[in-house]
Amino acid sequence: MSKAETESPSSATSAPTEHSLRALSELEAGQQGIVRLLSGGKEFTSRVSALGFIPGTEITVLENYGRGPVLVAVLETRVALGRGEANKVQVEVPNEA
Amino acid sequence: MSKQTRRPITVALAGQPNVGKSTVFNMLTGLNQHVGNWPGKTIEQKSGEYRRNDRVVCLMDLPGTYSLSANSEEERIARNFIIRQKPDVVVVIVNAAALERNLYLVAEMLMLPLPVVVGLNMMDVANGQGVQVEPHVLEATLGAPVVPLVASKNQGLGELIDAAERVAENPALFSPNRPAIRPEHQPILEQIHALIAGQVPPPYPEDWVALKLLEGDTEIAAMIQQAAPQAWEHVHLLLMQHEDAYLDIAGGRYEWIGRMVRAAVVRPRAGALTLTDRLDKIATHPLAGLALLLGIFAFVFWLTYTLATPLVDWLDAGVISPLAEAAEIVLAATPAWLSGLIIDGIIGGAGTVLTFLPILLIFFAVLGVLEDVGYLARAAYVMDRFMHWMGLHGKSFLPLFLGFGCNVPAVMGTRILEDRRARLLTILLAPLVPCTARLAVVAFLAPAFFGKAAALVSWGLVAGNILLLVFLGIVLNRLVFKGARSAFIMEMPLYHLPNLRTIGLFVWHNALAFLRKAGSIIVVFSALIWVLSVLPGGDIHHSLLATLGRWLGPIGRLMGLTDWRMMVALLSSFIAKENTIAALGILYGTNAGEIGLATRLAATLTPAAALAFLVVQMTFIPCVATMAVIKQETASWKWTAVSVGLLLLLSFLAGVSTYRLSHLIGW
Repeated sequence: MSKAETESPSSATSAPTEHSLRALSELEAGQQGIVRLLSGGKEFTSRVSALGFIPGTEITVLENYGRGPVLVAVLETRVALGRGEANKVQVEVPNEA
Repeated sequence: MSKQTRRPITVALAGQPNVGKSTVFNMLTGLNQHVGNWPGKTIEQKSGEYRRNDRVVCLMDLPGTYSLSANSEEERIARNFIIRQKPDVVVVIVNAAALERNLYLVAEMLMLPLPVVVGLNMMDVANGQGVQVEPHVLEATLGAPVVPLVASKNQGLGELIDAAERVAENPALFSPNRPAIRPEHQPILEQIHALIAGQVPPPYPEDWVALKLLEGDTEIAAMIQQAAPQAWEHVHLLLMQHEDAYLDIAGGRYEWIGRMVRAAVVRPRAGALTLTDRLDKIATHPLAGLALLLGIFAFVFWLTYTLATPLVDWLDAGVISPLAEAAEIVLAATPAWLSGLIIDGIIGGAGTVLTFLPILLIFFAVLGVLEDVGYLARAAYVMDRFMHWMGLHGKSFLPLFLGFGCNVPAVMGTRILEDRRARLLTILLAPLVPCTARLAVVAFLAPAFFGKAAALVSWGLVAGNILLLVFLGIVLNRLVFKGARSAFIMEMPLYHLPNLRTIGLFVWHNALAFLRKAGSIIVVFSALIWVLSVLPGGDIHHSLLATLGRWLGPIGRLMGLTDWRMMVALLSSFIAKENTIAALGILYGTNAGEIGLATRLAATLTPAAALAFLVVQMTFIPCVATMAVIKQETASWKWTAVSVGLLLLLSFLAGVSTYRLSHLIGW
């Protein structure tokens, strides 16, 4: 099994419904979200979680221009994710219908 | 206590990337450091000594890592050093302005049975952002010494070593607050521990191995599979049922971190735009960022031309020529072969190469500044979308950029790429990045060949190399590497003022490497070329070298290089790129006084042939040192041969077409 999708074990916030999750790459610059799901195999999960991308973490998208990489603020640091990688991080965007 | 020399202690310096760990290391050790490689690896190993009063502190600078999993070679090196070499104490440097993320490594480190001291660096940055960190509170909750630092201003380093010494003297007193695993996985961890008990190869700690197994660590799994095959079968079954454990363990660590920092850190809510945010608006913008990158490139070359060229000329006319004249007087009484070997061979060859030193110094200084202020990561970010054309991503840009300094670190620098396919492609492309040695040859020859147009021609040559690189990258990616892309995940450090000591040491190490090369391989080669140029009869035009050069004549004529000496000069660049000049210096003679070597060369070549010569020089096969690291890094003679063959073909085609095209436009 190569896929290691994991639902957030955190119970601090209300459990998100499936349709409110969006890929990180879809967020515009300035938008905030909470990481809910990492879908990308163990190596990917292991690497990004050491950088702070873990279910429950707040993130802010800093730069996101069209087809290029995405710059994200996470745990007071800035991390660049390639577009493909940003697609694998599912976030919940608060205050959104 | 009487004053006597106390037991030396070994301190391992750990930390995530971009926390100022190398600043700490450089500040403490200065020039008392040894730079080499980790045994059997191509990752740089830095160790050094810090002496004070009656104590020697041996510092081992571990590679910067985000965690201690087996995600990268660096992480495996760091943890294996700590477990196998057992330093007296591990000092973990953390960035006070991003404590939550940085404590992740501390959380992992505390699971190993060694005392840990936390160096809370960048306190000034944290304060500047309005972040209040209380070292004493953090120390109390962690149960490990915490020392506030501003390493760039040399503040707190003495206290840091004090704390390390205290812990090293009394390791038994060290009892930190270790992160615990979440309760739902505790029984499984205990089961794994019981299964492997007594079968873990020393010196690996059993509880740590059990934890790593539960995390799904491939290296540790392989170790247990080999050491305890029967236990492994049971462990493996358990792990299959708990593949989700990894995120839970990582999540548990962040929860632990949250408890640690809750009382120690006060952070302003939603801070204003920082300097980094504002600069990044430009530096990471797809258009503005690209313009900035090109501007920086242009600036680097302009700086090299305006600052280094006069220095090179001065060294050539003011140091090397007088040296040759002085040697002539001193050696007047010695046999002709000896004075010839020294004056024409070694001074004419290696001496001329030494005049390149200013070019290297300036380039490495600029590169060091760009790296140290945090800009290079932005360059990788901006280049990511272009690297995709070649099936690569932004990180591949960094080793390639390093290639402008020297192709050897560029090939070795591909280690930062996690994916073998991306590494291989980047290694194949790296020799097309013109290194300082080749740029120095161009800087030396272009002004003589093309006068005022020299800068333009040099720019064109560099641009040509980059276009060839992109073209080759696209073709190779389509034809040879049809696989999926690897992940681009990269931290962007905060911008900060450059640290002169860090940059100074970077320049110093690179200059030393160059001088060593000039003093060894290039001296030997210069002597060899000279010998080949006088044997058998003493007349250069009937020498062995001339025979070889004439034999290559038909190829040379295709690109207008009718003089065999030019072909020999090109061939000689295989030993080291600077040898082109060394060889030309010997073959055309140096002791000219007013008329420099470059001017004499210009007289013998048509502009079209001169341009073709420079194009071939810029794209020719990698030098022997680069080839050696290509072999080492690819671990394959096949790929090394592919690299050399490709470049041989490419440089030949580029040379011939340049000559023909220049002819068409009437040069």
